[in-house]
Amino acid sequence: MAVISVNGQEVTLNDDPRTTLLDTLREGAGLTGTKKGCDHGQCGACTVLLDGRRVNACLVLAIQCEGCEVTTIEGLGEGGDLHPLQQAFVRHDGFQCGYCTPGQVCSAYAMLEEVANGEASDVTGKGAVRLSAEEIRERMSGNLCRCGAYANIVDAILDAAGELDRKGEASR
Amino acid sequence: MKNPAAIGQPLDRVDGPLKVSGAATYAAEHQLDHAPLVGWIVEATIPAGRIKALDTGAAEKSAGVVAVLTHNNSPSQVPFGEPDDEGRFTQSRAMLGSDRVRYHGFPVALVIADTLANARHAAGLVEVSYDPAEAVTTTGSDADEVPDELDGGLDPDVTRGDFEQAYSESEVQLDVTYTTPNQASAAMEPHATIAEYDGNELWVYTSVQLIGPAVEVLANTLKLDPDKVRVLSPYIGGGFGSKLGLHNEAILACLGAMHLERPVKVVQHRRHVFHNAPHRGNSVQRIRLGASGDGKLKAIGHESYMPRARGYAFAEPTGASARTTYHADALLSRHRVKTVDMSLIDSCRAPGHSIGSLAFESAIDEMAYRCDMDPVAFRLVNMPDREPASGQPFSSHDLAECLREGAAKFGWDQRDPTPRSQERGRQLVGYGVASTIRMNILVKSTTRIRLSDDGSLIAWANMTDIGTGTYTILTQIAADILGLPAGKVSIELGDSAYPASCGSGGSFGAGSSGSALRDACMKLREKLVDIARKQESLKDADFDGASFEGGNLVLGDKKVPLAELVRQSGHDYLEVDGKVEPGEDHEKYSQHSYGAQFAEVTVDRDTGEVRVRRMLGVFSAGRILNRKTARSQLLGGMVWGISYALLEELMLDERCGAFVNRDFAEYHLAVNRDIPEVEIHFREQPDTHSNPLGSKGIGELSISGAGAAVANAIYHATGVRVRDFPITLDKLLEHLS
Repeated sequence: MAVISVNGQEVTLNDDPRTTLLDTLREGAGLTGTKKGCDHGQCGACTVLLDGRRVNACLVLAIQCEGCEVTTIEGLGEGGDLHPLQQAFVRHDGFQCGYCTPGQVCSAYAMLEEVANGEASDVTGKGAVRLSAEEIRERMSGNLCRCGAYANIVDAILDAAGELDRKGEASR
Repeated sequence: MKNPAAIGQPLDRVDGPLKVSGAATYAAEHQLDHAPLVGWIVEATIPAGRIKALDTGAAEKSAGVVAVLTHNNSPSQVPFGEPDDEGRFTQSRAMLGSDRVRYHGFPVALVIADTLANARHAAGLVEVSYDPAEAVTTTGSDADEVPDELDGGLDPDVTRGDFEQAYSESEVQLDVTYTTPNQASAAMEPHATIAEYDGNELWVYTSVQLIGPAVEVLANTLKLDPDKVRVLSPYIGGGFGSKLGLHNEAILACLGAMHLERPVKVVQHRRHVFHNAPHRGNSVQRIRLGASGDGKLKAIGHESYMPRARGYAFAEPTGASARTTYHADALLSRHRVKTVDMSLIDSCRAPGHSIGSLAFESAIDEMAYRCDMDPVAFRLVNMPDREPASGQPFSSHDLAECLREGAAKFGWDQRDPTPRSQERGRQLVGYGVASTIRMNILVKSTTRIRLSDDGSLIAWANMTDIGTGTYTILTQIAADILGLPAGKVSIELGDSAYPASCGSGGSFGAGSSGSALRDACMKLREKLVDIARKQESLKDADFDGASFEGGNLVLGDKKVPLAELVRQSGHDYLEVDGKVEPGEDHEKYSQHSYGAQFAEVTVDRDTGEVRVRRMLGVFSAGRILNRKTARSQLLGGMVWGISYALLEELMLDERCGAFVNRDFAEYHLAVNRDIPEVEIHFREQPDTHSNPLGSKGIGELSISGAGAAVANAIYHATGVRVRDFPITLDKLLEHLS
């Protein structure tokens, strides 16, 4: 039986190679924080981190994840505390029904890393990549929110990014 | 110090931490003692007719398959649509009940297996052949059936004065036809249900806005005693009308559970949702406006043509905006429908006003230009002093002030009134405005509260929170009235075992469920004061100035903890019921929420691409219960408006009655980058007639007008009036060069 690592815990895969990472998480591992919105890679609700990069878990077969580290929304906070991004989503009301939210938060987490790594986007101009509302809007456009919380999501990410920066500086 | 949980305060959502950590339990996520079997829907591929033959042999032999349910072996049900005197949310919704195919996508089989992959694979092995029947799939202005009533109990036809005469005598006339497409609610959580049946009781974990009717529809369909049906829906991943009633997967999961006496989970795949849950029908709206030379409207005519799904009595009141927004001596509003063999057509966020305003507020804008008037000024000179359709007084009316305040805040006076007069390089810049109005409804609701001897309060109602913030605003209402910190209040919703409430829909949830809770809390206050009066130690206390603060009953300089009063009552807890129902004020007054919305767009001269640069709305919706969640509701509606104006369209294959763009790659919703800076302002004016809280509906307010503001800005930018929504670049491009 193949085994994958999710949030640092071993998850044993079933013997059906058709099973997606998303169905493994939701149906097999009971980790229902990762949501299924379209099962097509078109909505982003199932966004998780695969070795730190964001992926749509519905487009990844579980068996492909052998030897990788999967992080889901359940694995983001530390010691029972919400991650600063999660706290900022609450503070800025970056959601309503909450169904797209775990995907938004995971996507935002990886997106901030992408910006920090200097990876350019469609709206990046010349020079260094800088986090801005426009960068966030572009980079978060793979995560649909039908409740229409987009503007609050942008505010939440900007706020959390500032806090994470300050924390990073403090720890240096 | 002011209670941070007081009514109106921007309290963070109390269910927020659960939602951001993935711990809120949506329908498909309830963990039972035994993992449920998984069902997959096999959809019909014709719009009407009968199943000729079904071969389930290969599917049954496929790995992991436990059963294949069809009309040949499914449990007995009441025929679809019976009894016909029940409403559409409670009459039988039989699935697999006969060989009849009602529409493309209608379930013809349910494959039940141990895993999703096995069920889905086996579903592809079911062979079905059909005897197709003639099907009607399209509607245009040929719709000629008169519906008995429109959604909300409105009359299909309203006339005041002699429209034809007033119109023909008007100095300025406009006769235009607008079309809006079929649209999907597209809630992010697909419709999902887990059903569990032990031969006696049916437990249903689902995603539904109205819990009471959900129990009834299951009892009515499955021939069960309603007392044996329990429906649970604590968290709902968006509804927007598409989850008002239970839909196909719910009935199918129950049939599976009853057939096997094992729990069965059926989650609609996103592609299923487009046919196995309701959509909004397309509309043709002919609008005729007549005005005098000084821009006073003399005649308002609105004729609506829409489809109605066969056997499902829903007709959208598209004329709502034309009936309520502006004064004219003569009014003609008419709704015609055509019965189609299509998947269910039902409410979608703000039925009536959302797509009605898209057309009507665009036509009003056309008329302003035709009268050579500023679009804001034109709206202001046509404000009604009574509701135009009914002649009733308004409970309050604040549209003119919303327009004035919005225009000032937006910088409307910076605009060159001439269309296509503002250019920035390749970008044509335009400003648009639209009025916003949405009816306010109060629905009978009950609740029960319990104050325990530790000073904590719990409230129960079979109300739901579909993302609107119900858990939060109910927490605030109880905390405010009883002077409790938010942490001492728990709100329990989404369970049919709890007292009957209004449910979520029609923007009536907060006002109705909140007023019932207010009633219970006020009664509890009286009870607590009565207990205190009996205390010897308090006999000299100042009862006239009694108040509730910080978990105490405050009597002048004396503070008595509520927990203490519970203990003194001789009980472990105090329980009180509360209720509200519409009274005289809802008979006597026409009640609405109001707003004015402004948009700035740019249109690329060479590509026709429209970008919304900023939006601003000023809204008047009575007392605001939570400024943070209320703002979010308005923000969401504005996003829908942008999406309706520019993107959303279900495309129909007329030959087979199927929508062809049944996914999010091709059914376009606004994404993050489509949404600009949005500014929202409240004009807080409690309405003394709306309900005891003074609040009014807010969830469907901003969608009613946002799209038209964008459309009107596009006209101002380009001088091109597109009357066929959505305004995609192909419709603009040919006129731009």
